[in-house]
Amino acid sequence: MEFGPHLMLAMLEGLVQASVLTLTALGLSLVFGVMRVVNVAHGEFYMLGAVLAWWITSLLGGSALIEFTAALILAPLLVGLLAGLADWLILRRVDYDPERTIVATIGLLYIIQQVTLMTYGPDARPVAPPFNTRLALPWFEFGENGFALYWPWGLSTTSYKLFVILAAILTLIGVWLLMAKTKIGLILRATQLDSETAQAFGIPVERIYALVFGMGAALAALGAVLVVPIQQAHYLMGADPLLLSFIVVIIGGLGSLRGTVVAAILIGMSDGIISVFFTPTLAKMLATLLVAMVLVYRPQGLFGAKPA
Amino acid sequence: MRKSLTLHLGLIALLFALQFIAPAYHHGNLARIMVMASFAMGYNIMFGYTGLLSLGHAMFFAVGMYGMGLSATQLGLSIGPAFGVGILSALICSLIVGLLALRTIGVAFMIVTLMFSQTIFLTILYFGGITRGDEGFVIKQSTRQIFGLDLSDATTRYFAALLLFSLVLLGILWLVKSPTGRVLIAIRENEERAKMLGYDVWRHKLAAVVMSGTVSGAAGAAYGVLFGYVGASFSQVPYSIFPLLWVLLGGAGTVIGPFVGTLFMFYLIDLSSTVTDAYMLVVGVILVLLTMFARNGLMGIVRERWAKWLP
Amino acid sequence: MGHNTLPTRRKILTGMAAVGAASALPDVTRFAHAGSHSAPIKIGFQVHRTGIGAAYGRWYERTTNAAAKVINDLGGINGRPVEIVAEDDGTDPKRGAEVLEKFANQHGCDIAYGTLFSHVVIGSAPRAAELKLPYFVVSEGHHVASGMLNRYTLQPGITDVKSQVQAMAPWVASNLGKKVTMIYPDFAFGHDHRDYFSAAIEAQGGEVLAQIAIPPTETSFTKYFPQIPRETEIVYHVMVGPAVLTFVKEMGEFFGPNAPQLFGFVDSLEGVDFASPGLEFLEGSYFWEGMPRYAQSNQTSYDKFYRDSIGIDENGAARENAQDVSTYAHMFGCWETLFTIKDGMESSGYKGPEDRAKLIEAVEAISEMPESNEHPQGEKIFNGKTHQVFGVQYISQVEGGKMKVKHTTSLEDGYYPDEVDYTTQSF
Repeated sequence: MEFGPHLMLAMLEGLVQASVLTLTALGLSLVFGVMRVVNVAHGEFYMLGAVLAWWITSLLGGSALIEFTAALILAPLLVGLLAGLADWLILRRVDYDPERTIVATIGLLYIIQQVTLMTYGPDARPVAPPFNTRLALPWFEFGENGFALYWPWGLSTTSYKLFVILAAILTLIGVWLLMAKTKIGLILRATQLDSETAQAFGIPVERIYALVFGMGAALAALGAVLVVPIQQAHYLMGADPLLLSFIVVIIGGLGSLRGTVVAAILIGMSDGIISVFFTPTLAKMLATLLVAMVLVYRPQGLFGAKPA
Repeated sequence: MRKSLTLHLGLIALLFALQFIAPAYHHGNLARIMVMASFAMGYNIMFGYTGLLSLGHAMFFAVGMYGMGLSATQLGLSIGPAFGVGILSALICSLIVGLLALRTIGVAFMIVTLMFSQTIFLTILYFGGITRGDEGFVIKQSTRQIFGLDLSDATTRYFAALLLFSLVLLGILWLVKSPTGRVLIAIRENEERAKMLGYDVWRHKLAAVVMSGTVSGAAGAAYGVLFGYVGASFSQVPYSIFPLLWVLLGGAGTVIGPFVGTLFMFYLIDLSSTVTDAYMLVVGVILVLLTMFARNGLMGIVRERWAKWLP
Repeated sequence: MGHNTLPTRRKILTGMAAVGAASALPDVTRFAHAGSHSAPIKIGFQVHRTGIGAAYGRWYERTTNAAAKVINDLGGINGRPVEIVAEDDGTDPKRGAEVLEKFANQHGCDIAYGTLFSHVVIGSAPRAAELKLPYFVVSEGHHVASGMLNRYTLQPGITDVKSQVQAMAPWVASNLGKKVTMIYPDFAFGHDHRDYFSAAIEAQGGEVLAQIAIPPTETSFTKYFPQIPRETEIVYHVMVGPAVLTFVKEMGEFFGPNAPQLFGFVDSLEGVDFASPGLEFLEGSYFWEGMPRYAQSNQTSYDKFYRDSIGIDENGAARENAQDVSTYAHMFGCWETLFTIKDGMESSGYKGPEDRAKLIEAVEAISEMPESNEHPQGEKIFNGKTHQVFGVQYISQVEGGKMKVKHTTSLEDGYYPDEVDYTTQSF
């Protein structure tokens, strides 16, 4: 394929990845921002979202559209409840100590993974997309007849992939409205700024934490439900999103939601685009090293404020 | 001091005696546990004594292992020098990682070490031509000889593992009693205060990373030599989590804790695997319970309740 | 060719036809020779129950248990029942080595058997030699025949990748085209495909236009497909792991209606239902199959017996659940390996661990394995020097959502010069 269409295709693919990544990373960032803890089990909540989507769609009869809509609503809700429960039972009791939380969530990671293996099994299972039309895309060239459009081999996307991008944008707007315009958003921001003062003002901080932890997990699960018609649900699928979300959250500046979104788009897109120029494994190697170096020289992330 | 020396020398003597009486299966397990416990003790220098939580220690283990393995298979070095190359590789790697990663603290430090470790894993895959990528390669039984001793023989292997284990154990015991070790603990307890007292915190942290990485690398090289296999799986995330788990379980910041944790965890998995395949579930539950009810680990509890002197 | 230089072998496999008849007999004949109190022969089964290999491991276990039942129903081995002692290795080389030690020193197993993933085989094999424990692997890796391992490690049930890949080239070059683009995972298994197929297709006058290596852990593939050159006549694809279905689907979406010929290793869809959404485009494309997943119109009685024993329907799925598709192209290796172990133990008069070396020599002496209930995948030749078996391979075309065998390779297509002679190594 010529360079132009290739780049365009890589960008389109990157955008789909970035959309899912934005949601997943946003969940991690929200938890870190408000609670100041790192949730290592975040990837497993993502995986649970995908696995539940499979359960829900295979239990429900009816058209793919109805099944999928049900999964889109129910799976994040269930995952959110589960995460809230885990927070209440475990994290609350380790006083949200950053290091102990990391270890406890590593434990949670293994528990969720193993229980999924024992119930759902080791296979990767597909979920039917509600709609999936292949859309061929045109490209232009300046040939003998001047400017002309043509349809390069392979330059295409699907209606479902466009929907994923749209759904992610809508969710982002929703989260932004929640944080900026509602009372609950105000409470969240207050807790984020100073949890002790918030407590003094009568905000039930423990319950807020459980809510935030649940919301974070639900966002990851939502990302997974969106991606599962493209990829498949598998009990080990949580590792990659976790690593990428980590990268995004840190590059974006810990706790900065706006930074997270920008970084997610940057990382998601660059993953596609770098693969145009380098051999893939080398690309992954360089990208990983680059992220480490960014952190080393700008520990506050690209968009975070310099610590005082 | 007498008590602690008695305890640690006693452990070494006990392990020495077990070589002659342990049944074959447990004999083999103990050799492996001593190697992995050395890895955990290396990890403990950073995590337990200096308060630096690394999520990338698999890279040091793997660099030691591949430094040994590749110099033996590609350069044709005999096992002794190859083992030296392994340790040297881990030393250089930990120096570079330390110089870079120590610019960060807390969560960022964890992520940076994780990323570096992931880079090492991908590097091993990328140079698949000589590393055989994920498959790894075998160190031929006939080459695993040192001073005329056959390291693939069960008894020799056991003593080699015990030698490594004893050196690391006594080395760390000496370290934590030394002025340097005390500064490391001071950094863990209160970095600002250590700085105010005039200690070069950064230099001490770097020393901790280099010691920790080198010991971990020596364990990796030893694993390759004693068990005849070098593979990329040792550079993957689980092998960064395991030493953390072992140290936490046994008791972070105790000299003997990593061994206790490794031993306990090994037999927990081994015994539970005959009952259920869900041993990762067991691991998960233990991790959660530990953080909730026994944050100082088994030896930490012993220290709190019965033996305040435990180093 | 190594196979022509083999010394005259004792014909070990006798009375093959008796198996089918005997299996119909009721259980009263069991262990008639030694009485039902004789101690079992313990076979340590290293199984991937957790970790990345679990999807394959589940079917390896089911096949193994079915084969053990058949063997026991026939009277066991040397009049003793067979007991499968399964231990999970977590698809991890370190745990794999530990499990071998457990078999040898704790469970008192006679032999170890059954490993699939190459890194677990390579991590465990040195320990097998040190423990002097015969280790029969079912991995299809080239590690055994390459000489990397040792006299105690054998692969008598499944053809290695090098042979499989090489056997494809003549048919691909003469029927599908000569300009090939290869897509494979960027680790050792994929590199074997890259190296051996490239060499084999060039020997047929073909040409590899591009080699596209996909990094492990990749979950999205479309961005790699534009590297396929326009003049490509065949895309040769092989992928493993949980993302295989995504890979194949995205390939379909990428090409749309103007795809070149597709030739894949069924690994890309092993354990996956061909009726999954998004796979319609595969109609008419070709696959390598280790053993035909769909029962063919000329199904042998051996294949039928094998399917019935494991409980698999004519579409290669579990009898009790049509969506539960087996890893049919690989798991026959477990079945055939167990019967080869049985043959080796019987011809060597195996009594206990002191006869392990005799067992290995007996298996090394095996040469021909005719198609039979014991070897339902097809006839095979075992090369005692390289410890590797060579079998026929199948090329199938997707027709009406099912795979139909179009070509069966000859054994000779898969031969290559010996790279090692394990029989010269001491025990």
